[in-house]
Amino acid sequence: MGRKIAYFLEEVGGITSLFWQIILHIVRPPFKGKYIISQMLEIGVNTLPIASIMAVFTGMVLAVQTYIKLREFNAETVVGGVVAASMCKELGPVLTAIIVAGRIGSSTTAEIGSMKVTEQIDALETLAVNPIKQLACPRFIASLIMLPCLTIYTDLIGILGGYAVGVYRFSICSSIYVDNSISFVSPWDILSGLIKAFFFGMIIIVIGCYKGFTTIGGAKGVGKATTSSVVISSILILVSNYFLTVLLYQ
Amino acid sequence: MITITNLWKGFGENQVLKGLNLSIKKGEIMVIIGQSGSGKSVLLKLIIGLLKPDRGEINISGCDITKLSDVELQKVRLKFSMLFQEGALFDSMTVGENVGFFLLEHTNKPRHEIFKIVKEKLKIVGLEGVEDLSPSQLSGGMRKRVALARAIATSPEIILYDEPTTGIDPIMGASINHLIRELQSHMSLTSIAVTHDMKSAYQIGDRLAMLYDGKIIEVGTPKEIKSTQNPVVHQFITGAVHGPITDS
Ligand SMILES: Nc1ncnc2c1ncn2[C@@H]1O[C@H](COP(=O)(O)OP(=O)(O)OP(=O)(O)O)[C@@H](O)[C@H]1O
Ligand SMILES: [Mg+2]
Repeated sequence: MGRKIAYFLEEVGGITSLFWQIILHIVRPPFKGKYIISQMLEIGVNTLPIASIMAVFTGMVLAVQTYIKLREFNAETVVGGVVAASMCKELGPVLTAIIVAGRIGSSTTAEIGSMKVTEQIDALETLAVNPIKQLACPRFIASLIMLPCLTIYTDLIGILGGYAVGVYRFSICSSIYVDNSISFVSPWDILSGLIKAFFFGMIIIVIGCYKGFTTIGGAKGVGKATTSSVVISSILILVSNYFLTVLLYQ
Repeated sequence: MITITNLWKGFGENQVLKGLNLSIKKGEIMVIIGQSGSGKSVLLKLIIGLLKPDRGEINISGCDITKLSDVELQKVRLKFSMLFQEGALFDSMTVGENVGFFLLEHTNKPRHEIFKIVKEKLKIVGLEGVEDLSPSQLSGGMRKRVALARAIATSPEIILYDEPTTGIDPIMGASINHLIRELQSHMSLTSIAVTHDMKSAYQIGDRLAMLYDGKIIEVGTPKEIKSTQNPVVHQFITGAVHGPITDS
C-alpha cells in the first residue's frame, strides 16, 4: 500500500515536472514550426473521419432519445435545443478528446516509448538536442490548437445529425428546429466547451509524452506504456470534465 | 583529458560500478574490455552525462561534468559523439537526415551543402546511395556504419564507441577498426571504445582497460595486457572456460 502511494506520488510529480519543462522549452528559442505543422495535420486532419462518424451518430441517437421522452410532454420541438446544448457543452469536447486520446495519446506514447527503448532519446541528447523540445513541444502546441478546432467540427456535425433525424424522421418543422437550437445555446456554452477541449488537449499530450519518456523494458514495455497512457488520459478527461464544468458554470 | 575518480553507480539493488578510477590521455584510443553486463555501456553513458553517478567525479578538460546543469551539459556535449551499441538511428528519418541531423539542427548551412557532407561521411564508412532509404531497410551492420557516419559528422573532439564491430562480418569489422584508427590520426580525436572482441581491442587500442566487478582492474598497452599476471584478465583475454571469473 505504502509503495503504491509512493508510486502514485512519483507519477504525479513526474507529470507535473514534464508539464513545466514543456512550457519552459516552448518559450525558449529556437522554435520549430515545421514539426508543429506536421503534428497538427496528424492530430486534426487525420482524426476527421472517425470524429465525423462519432459525432453524426451521437447527434442522431440524442435526437431519437430526447424525442421519445419529450413527446410524452408534447415538447418535441425542443429536441433541437437539447441536442445542440448537449453537443456543445459536454459530448462534443469529451467524446472528441476520448477519440484523440485513443489515436494520438497512444501513438505519442508508442513512438516516444520505442525511441526510448532503442536509445534514440539518448542519441538525441548526445547530438545536443533536447528530447522534450524536439518531441513533446510540437505535439503539445499542435494539440492545444487542434483539439478546440476538432471540437467545433464535431459540435457542428453532431447538430447536423440531430437535425437530420429531427426534421426528416420525426417531421419537426425545420425552421422551428433551428430557432430552438439557436435559442438554447448561448455563446458561453460553445466557448466553455472549447476551453474544456483546450485542457483535454494538454492532458492527452502530457500523459502521452510522460508515459513515452518513462518507458522501460523493450517492445513489451512499449505496449504496456501505450495502454496505460490511453487509460490514464481517458480517466483524467472524464474526471477533469466534471470539475471544469463546475468551475465554468458557477 | 578525461579523469574518472571513484565512480559509483547502481540501479536499485544492482551495484554496477563500485569506485571506478580511470584516466584517458588526449589523442589516445582507450579500449575498455569486460564481460557482458559488467557495466561498459553504463560507463560510457556516465561519461557523456546521459546518466548521473551516485558518487564520484568525471573530469573532462578540467570540468567536472557530473555537476553541470542541463544547459551547460549540452554545451559540453558538442565536443562529444557517441556510437550506440544498437546504432540508435532515428527511424522516423531517412539515412541522410540521420547523418546530417546535427548539422541540420545546429548550423545554418543550406540543405544541399549538408547533404554533400552527408554523402562524404557515408562514403568514409563504405556506404553509397543509401541516403534516401529508411533505417529499417538496412541490415544491422549497415545501420551501425550509418551510426558511425552520424557520429563523425559532428566533428567531435571525443568519440565514444559502444561495441563498434559487434554484429558486423569480420571483413567489415576489420575495415571499421581501420577506420577508427584513421579517424584518430586525421581528426586528432580522443576515443573510448568498449568491446568484448579481443581482436578488435588489440587492433584499435593504444591502451586497454579491463572492467571487472565494478572497477578497472588493469590498464596497459595491448602488449602489456597480453602478458598480464592478473588471472582474471588472463582468463578474459584467452577466453578460457575455467578461471577466477567463472569459478567464483
Ligand atoms: N537504465 C538502466 N536501468 C536499470 N539497470 C540498468 C540500466 N542500464 C543498465 N543496467 C544494468 O547495468 C548492468 C550493466 O549493463 P551494461 O549495459 O552497462 O552492460 P555491458 O557491459 O554494456 O554489457 P554488453 O556487453 O552486453 O553490452 C546490467 O546488469 C544492466 O541490467
Ligand atoms: Mg553494452
